[in-house]
Amino acid sequence: MQITVTVNGQPYTGDVEPRLLLVHFLRDGLGLTGTHWGCDTSNCGACVVHVDGTPVKSCTALAVMCDGHEVTTVEGLERDGDLDAVQKGFAECHGLQCGFCTPGMMLTARWLLDRDPDPDEARIREAVSGQLCRCTGYENIVRAVRWAARHEAARAGAGTEARAGTGDGAAGGTREGTGP
Amino acid sequence: MQVPARFEYERASSVPHALALLERYGPESRVIAGGHSLIPMMKLRLARPDVLIDINGLEELSFLGVEDDVLVIGALVRHAQFLADPAVGRYFPIFHDAERVIADPVVRNRGTVGGSLCQADPSEDLSAAFAAVRATAVIQGPGGVREVPIRRFHRGPYETAVEPGELLVRLRVPIRPGAASAYEKVERRAGDWPVAAAGAQLRLDGGVIAEAGIGLTAVGAEHFAAPEAEEYLAGKAPGAEAFAEAGRIAAANCAPRADQRGPAAYKRHLAGELVRRALTRAAGRAAEGTAQGAGDRTGDRRGEG
Repeated sequence: MQITVTVNGQPYTGDVEPRLLLVHFLRDGLGLTGTHWGCDTSNCGACVVHVDGTPVKSCTALAVMCDGHEVTTVEGLERDGDLDAVQKGFAECHGLQCGFCTPGMMLTARWLLDRDPDPDEARIREAVSGQLCRCTGYENIVRAVRWAARHEAARAGAGTEARAGTGDGAAGGTREGTGP
Repeated sequence: MQVPARFEYERASSVPHALALLERYGPESRVIAGGHSLIPMMKLRLARPDVLIDINGLEELSFLGVEDDVLVIGALVRHAQFLADPAVGRYFPIFHDAERVIADPVVRNRGTVGGSLCQADPSEDLSAAFAAVRATAVIQGPGGVREVPIRRFHRGPYETAVEPGELLVRLRVPIRPGAASAYEKVERRAGDWPVAAAGAQLRLDGGVIAEAGIGLTAVGAEHFAAPEAEEYLAGKAPGAEAFAEAGRIAAANCAPRADQRGPAAYKRHLAGELVRRALTRAAGRAAEGTAQGAGDRTGDRRGEG
């Protein structure tokens, strides 16, 4: 079946079997291996991509269901050679160890910050609660997202006080019982 | 690698088109919406449809709103949309309690209310929530539209009143003045299916319970309901003693089975305790003035129990 999917702003047209999963369409069809293929059961969240701006687990979506839609993968976070604030945050705060969960974590974090530019620790943990870090590096993932939030606030403030100096958030933050 | 067996794919462009496709392909075709139950089942060959009929483009099934004192929920409303809707939280906090603990935010972006009910998993949270508030399922088929009370919708595990060739199109929940509701769940970890869960709606009139609705999840309750406990509560004054007794009755009348989530005795204990907690919380909301139609506060709270 012929489909056209816009991936990271670029339209791709191709013939696919209806049973082809979105994750394999991206990785094997388009060579976009930044989307990781993990548990295959919609539990781990390593395969999260945006479909029309919303995070979706691509191991549990069919490529044909994305015909005519827009997909953003981790490769699409960078703009004109400039890494997204979330990517910088993960680099600055050691938000990854083995890196397997990282693309999905970053895409969900991007979505969270687009909706809530100043999320507290509980909100960040809730947002990524469907994603597993097998290195258990959640503390630094939370710090990375907080870093990105502060960075973007400071940039938006453009020289005003913004909230650049509000501390790390994660270090003294409260814990919610429902964390991942 | 888990990949479904081969199937044909059709995209429906309207409800009549979806019904025509269902008629053309017959009982070996399946409707797909969010796909978060069906695709994993197809990967494991627990389901092996010849044809998938994609209804994701049917915007007429995404309506969510209040019409003539009835909350109307299109079958294609996503869990995330249901959870974010202030009117749902105001009139039926039971749904927001339940949605907060269904899967995770990313899965909730995709999964649908109608899909959850049609999957008819005995551990599915919304089924009990809809049973508690006595919703009505609206089913469309070649012969027209028919309404089925939610307590006759689920015929057993993975089996519903939706016949081949038919489509669940929406749910209708009457808004009852003075009613308040809540949902309580115990899960092993964040986002998991419940070990057990219970939902309750109370309508108070003149200081006594005019009507109680109790839903039970994952404990083998027929139609996800606890009618014996509901009957006991009718006409009683709300309070700790009555709620505890209702919990005992609900626990005695359900039929939990041991599985990897726990032994039957523990689940039975949870059924009683969670009914008591859900009733208590619903009564608290009624007292706070968060009852239906009584104001704008949603009574949203997290991490209780």
